[in-house]
Amino acid sequence: MSDTQAQGQRTTASDRPVGGSLRLLPPVQGATERLSAHLARNGQARCRGTALVRAVGQAGLTGRGGAAFPTDVKLAAVAGASGRKAVIANGAEGEPGSVKDAVLLRHVPHLVLDGLQLAAEAVGATEAYLYTGAWLAGWVRQTLAQRADDVPVTVIEAPPRFLSGQETAVVSRVSGGLSLPTFSPRRVSERGVNGAPTLVQNVETLAHLALIARHGPDWFRQLGTPAEPGTTLVTVNAGGRRTVTEVELGTALADVITAVGTAVLIGGYHGTWLPMTTALSLTLDNRALRRHHAALGAGVLAVLPRQACGLVETARVTRYLAAESAGQCGPCLNGLPRIAAAMAELAGPRPRRGTVQAVERWAGLVTGRGACHHPDGTARLVRSALTVFEVELGRHANGRCSATTHHPVLPLPRAEEMPLTDEDWL
Amino acid sequence: MINSAVLWYASRSAGAVALVLLTVVSAFGIAVNRQARVPGLPRFALTDLHRNLSLLAVAFLAAHVLTAVLDTYVSIPALAIVIPFASGYERFWLGLGAVGLDLLLAMIVTSLVRGRLNRTAWRAVHLTAYLCWPVAFLHGLYSSGDLRQGPLFDLAIGCALIFAGAGTWRLVSAAGRLPRARRVAAELSAAERERQTSRSPRAPQGPRR
Amino acid sequence: MTHVLRVNPIACVGHGICAELLPELIEIDEWGYPIVDTRPVPPWLERETHRAVAACPVLALTLQHAERRK
Repeated sequence: MSDTQAQGQRTTASDRPVGGSLRLLPPVQGATERLSAHLARNGQARCRGTALVRAVGQAGLTGRGGAAFPTDVKLAAVAGASGRKAVIANGAEGEPGSVKDAVLLRHVPHLVLDGLQLAAEAVGATEAYLYTGAWLAGWVRQTLAQRADDVPVTVIEAPPRFLSGQETAVVSRVSGGLSLPTFSPRRVSERGVNGAPTLVQNVETLAHLALIARHGPDWFRQLGTPAEPGTTLVTVNAGGRRTVTEVELGTALADVITAVGTAVLIGGYHGTWLPMTTALSLTLDNRALRRHHAALGAGVLAVLPRQACGLVETARVTRYLAAESAGQCGPCLNGLPRIAAAMAELAGPRPRRGTVQAVERWAGLVTGRGACHHPDGTARLVRSALTVFEVELGRHANGRCSATTHHPVLPLPRAEEMPLTDEDWL
Repeated sequence: MINSAVLWYASRSAGAVALVLLTVVSAFGIAVNRQARVPGLPRFALTDLHRNLSLLAVAFLAAHVLTAVLDTYVSIPALAIVIPFASGYERFWLGLGAVGLDLLLAMIVTSLVRGRLNRTAWRAVHLTAYLCWPVAFLHGLYSSGDLRQGPLFDLAIGCALIFAGAGTWRLVSAAGRLPRARRVAAELSAAERERQTSRSPRAPQGPRR
Repeated sequence: MTHVLRVNPIACVGHGICAELLPELIEIDEWGYPIVDTRPVPPWLERETHRAVAACPVLALTLQHAERRK
């Protein structure tokens, strides 16, 4: 798995959708679905407005951006507000291991853009934005030019920051400021873009919404579990490749991960490590994952191969997470660098006594004390690593390591791309 | 009818006291911003003193301007208290006094309704303190000859030194402060450097600003 | 009417005055930042709580109604 992202292009040849095109993705792999093909495959939306909000509620659609918040509740909140309103399709995808949003925007842009229009209509928004990385912005603008949308869509470019997909950071950037999380007693559904009530939805959520508008809630519930209906896109990072698969919620993890390894990171870099044996016994739904303190998040799965060391990989990621802190809140600014340095020590030979305890203490100290969940997620990752790789900790204490390769596994941007000025957050 | 001389002296002495108070208030304000610790004084005392002394300063300023207006020896219209350069007598230097008073009132009013105010707006108004004090000082120095001779001259110099010292302290710290984006990188390298040196991983670190 | 204390972590710069005035509910961590007890403020601490909120030089400490959630 290469750490570099050549010229900002994120989707590569190996990111072709596989695993069957259940619903979202077109039957022909790698193809870009043009407007006519999209309409031929999916038909026209029949359910709109308030009826759509109800249908989305009956379908049980939850956000696919990581928080899994009930979509109908968000829609209703903004629909119920008065005055000028806005909708943002969030395709920022700051998580390095995830490319599902990029795949959606590249291959089924019209499905996403339909979802954006339907959502805008349902909440009564007069402004729509699509927020995505610079490498896709031009493509989306091209696609928009082929459409005749009721609500005009402005494409805003997201900086390549880990936090760029964070809801308040999205609103801040779309409002013209830096892509930094903000702290407010009011939710974005009350005060968002330039003060207007705003609906922020992940692009995959909007794609599902567009299909629900065509086929109805019962159809949506045909796949998935009763508590967590429907399908979801997962990005699997394994064996040096990265593939996007659409799976039914509740699918056995063993069916999705075929690579061999010692552990799986579930939920991306704010997620949880699980031993391979545990992971393979689980299903891909939050109810099952919760029992092991894990969650699907934005559907990123990463396999740790036998030849790699979980502590080394976690230390690399933790350093990245520390460097990607917005630096606005004392606990995060102070805690994450110390955690990262301590993890680097634990990833090396003979770390000093008390280092593990220091990490545990700092992880507890930063959790819940930032304006966003960056410190919480980092603490979660680190704690799960200390648990799952406990045996490895013992090896390192004796100066040994089970890694037989120094080749990095988990995808990260180059070290030179660390944010150093405000421009890096624009 | 109150003796005009009494009013005139009252105005000038109230003015002198107000200048001292404003100097101390400014210094305390800067100390609060710098999170300075005065041995024996709890942290909240510095903030409370800063706020309370500013209100006391307003009281003395009220006495200062009212006695000046009431005094019939020179004609200063009441409006000149807040409208700069509306007085016939010493139009410019008195006018500066009105400017200073306006700025001070703006700072105090915005601080009283701070909860309802946008953070940036409050800060912008409060920063005019760096304009307010020099304006008030010049007003005091040139509206009458008081501060330019005798013991009051020493007082004026003392106040100027305190304000200049505190202001320099503030400027230097502002200049040395890393911008947000760089702070993260700095913390990261500092944490890594600490790990290299042989210090206990449990050594508590003071807060970095 | 129950209130809960909340600190705005972006506005907070670690003055520590809140912890001085309300040690029952606020503690300072090793970096100078407040750890706030987010349970409803007990009635016998209402006055001290209001004082701590007012004393913060950057108004980072707020009192919110318990039902309101972010």
